[in-house]
Amino acid sequence: MNGNPYLEAFAWLGDPTHWSGPSGIPMRTLEHLGYTVLGVAVAALIAIPLGLFVGHTGIGKGIAVTAAGAARALPTLGLVTLFALMVGIGLTAPMLAFVILAIPSLLAGASSAVESADPATVDAARAQGMTEWQILTRVEVPLGMPLIVGGFRGATVQVVATAMLAAYVGNGGLGRYIFLGLGSQDYPQMIAGSVLVIALALVLDLALLLTQRLTLPRGTRPA
Amino acid sequence: MSWVLENLDVIAGYTGSHLLQAIPPILVAFVLSLPLAKLANSRGWLRTGVTTTAGLMYAIPSLPLFVLLPGLLGTGVRSPLNISIALSLYGLALMVPAASDAFRSVSRDVLGSATAQGYAPSARFLQVELPLAGPVLLAGVRVVAVSTISLVTVGGVLGVPSLGMLFVDGFRRGILAEIGAGVVLTAVLALLTDALLVLLGRALMPWSRTSTRPRTRARPRTQAQTQPQTGPQTQAGSPSPAQSNAGRQS
Amino acid sequence: MSIHSTRRHLLGALGLGGVALGAAACSSSDPFAEEDGAGGGSSDGGGSADAGTIVVGSQAYYSNEIIAELFAQVLEKAGLTVDRQYQIGQREVYLPELESGALDVMPEYTGNLLQNYEPDAESASPEEIHSALSEVLPDGLRLLPFAQATDQDSYTTTSDFASSNSLTTIADLAGLKDLKIAANSEFEVRPYGPEGVKTVYGVDVTVVPVEDGGGPLTVQALTDGDVQLADLYTSDPAIIANDLVPLEDPESLILPQNVVPVVSKKVDDDAAAAITTVIEALSADDLVELNRRSVEEQASSADIAKGWLGEKGLV
Repeated sequence: MNGNPYLEAFAWLGDPTHWSGPSGIPMRTLEHLGYTVLGVAVAALIAIPLGLFVGHTGIGKGIAVTAAGAARALPTLGLVTLFALMVGIGLTAPMLAFVILAIPSLLAGASSAVESADPATVDAARAQGMTEWQILTRVEVPLGMPLIVGGFRGATVQVVATAMLAAYVGNGGLGRYIFLGLGSQDYPQMIAGSVLVIALALVLDLALLLTQRLTLPRGTRPA
Repeated sequence: MSWVLENLDVIAGYTGSHLLQAIPPILVAFVLSLPLAKLANSRGWLRTGVTTTAGLMYAIPSLPLFVLLPGLLGTGVRSPLNISIALSLYGLALMVPAASDAFRSVSRDVLGSATAQGYAPSARFLQVELPLAGPVLLAGVRVVAVSTISLVTVGGVLGVPSLGMLFVDGFRRGILAEIGAGVVLTAVLALLTDALLVLLGRALMPWSRTSTRPRTRARPRTQAQTQPQTGPQTQAGSPSPAQSNAGRQS
Repeated sequence: MSIHSTRRHLLGALGLGGVALGAAACSSSDPFAEEDGAGGGSSDGGGSADAGTIVVGSQAYYSNEIIAELFAQVLEKAGLTVDRQYQIGQREVYLPELESGALDVMPEYTGNLLQNYEPDAESASPEEIHSALSEVLPDGLRLLPFAQATDQDSYTTTSDFASSNSLTTIADLAGLKDLKIAANSEFEVRPYGPEGVKTVYGVDVTVVPVEDGGGPLTVQALTDGDVQLADLYTSDPAIIANDLVPLEDPESLILPQNVVPVVSKKVDDDAAAAITTVIEALSADDLVELNRRSVEEQASSADIAKGWLGEKGLV
């Protein structure tokens, strides 16, 4: 590597020509954010109801744990290339892979949130005549909200770091800088792309950490 | 399918190099996380710093790290050593917070009793603290193992031999069976390693048979109930990395 | 290197900070020397090549691996021991290994290799490119003669799109709106990429990156109509299979990419002569057929090479 690619990366980031147009940093960051949000949102639609159900009833817990474990073991690069060969270029293939990537954290967060509710509290709610639905929505979910949000945090950080793979099969996002830099030995550009991914991950992580603190149920918040 | 049957030797070769790259980082992450976690737990600000750093490291996309580390380390881009070092860093990012949680889950009272019974500090650590922290440590190692085995594949993009090479070659030649074989074998390696770790945990910690299942209700509640003094940090913090950060893959 | 010594390195590098880190780096006398297991999918015992062994490498491109395997098999026929190190990712990775002697034989392409050393190299005849290349190649590397077989980038379209817009050359694309080309992402900065085609032919194209090196997904993007153009290698059997049209390049925007072996000092004249027999026999159609067997029959490079060398009477 000639010069210092790390310093050159910051020069690259400071170059105003990289901050405008359809391949500029704001646009690519927005695309990257969009892929992340979409992937986590679709995964949440599947994983959160499932996690709450498993956590509340205990039904299918073994299957859920096994499936989540297996999903964690699947290499995302393999999934993206496999799905892309099946469905063609575009967002479908990477999105499927991101959803699979995000589900385990969300599922674990939701089910452990419900399970973490003190059995005495749950019994008390039941004794008061609450229906199971009411127990879930008014007792277990509010009490476990920080854990649910924690699941979102984990899933989001994973997907945001992986969303660069969207660019492997014809999409945009910050992965464009990383693969272009890699392919053309333009390491400053590749480092700059990585720095942007890290920065985006940090911002999202902090936002969700804040949400996690805010969702702490009032009774359990420190005085 | 026929591709798989005709290329068993290629697949076996890649599986071997895959494991050679994956196993050392798992061991390194485990061994190094113990002192680092103890150190982190000794000071509140240090713990915050370590947790934050670990989170930051975890957000670094792996492919660029694989390319950039050689410049810092003096290894070749294609050297498996480079991949192993990068994966050790990711492993530490997962394992240090997990180990820190594990040691915090051991009651101070128990440690105090051990000291009162005349355990020397090193004996107390090895015979009391480590076994009691064992179940949570095991949960952490399991996540590190699965994540590491999965991440090794990314090196395939750079030509470092691993099952990831099957993705790159299969993608270019349009051989679905080749990619599929890589995906399935990576998952099988990960799950087998995980199962081995569970068995190892049962052998080493026969008393904790029920709690070796990771990510059960045990952890959050244990902390809330047995360690009320840990307070807001535990409550508001993320669920353990074992729950949230598991299995990053790219 | 065994697991244990790898671990020792890791422990040293991670645990003891800067000093150990330096030591770990120095302990391998050559930073680009082969580490364990870098030997691709081949079942050879490991990287440490002894004096009599010729190390044959290939790019992470199935067609390049087949050519490497052709070289490997004729070298073995000539009585040499061959260590195969296929599917190496980047030119920046393997060129230093060739210079250091960790690799001895690498199949290359004349135009791209020249542009690696001289980014502004102008297009010219295959002979001129070859002689320009032999001048810029660093000490320690030797260029053997080039083959008729060529594997160059192209602006390829479907026969439908070509006929409905009456396209025969790249120049005919001028004036067409919203042209998208599926290509590896580095196409963006190649001399024959969007900027080059704009300057030479006045054509506007946007790159849609597909990182399969003109593979099936790139072809599918073209045949599905997601893009109007694709950067396919001219030896790609998919061009014939899908009735695709590589547009002519009258202004020679794209450099010739004839197959050429680059070898280290360890390759003596006998070994070079063996490799050259392959080069002399390898025609453009041969290369397409070799590639076809790889992607359509999913045959291994070893089997494909063996079959072709047998046909040509080279082994």
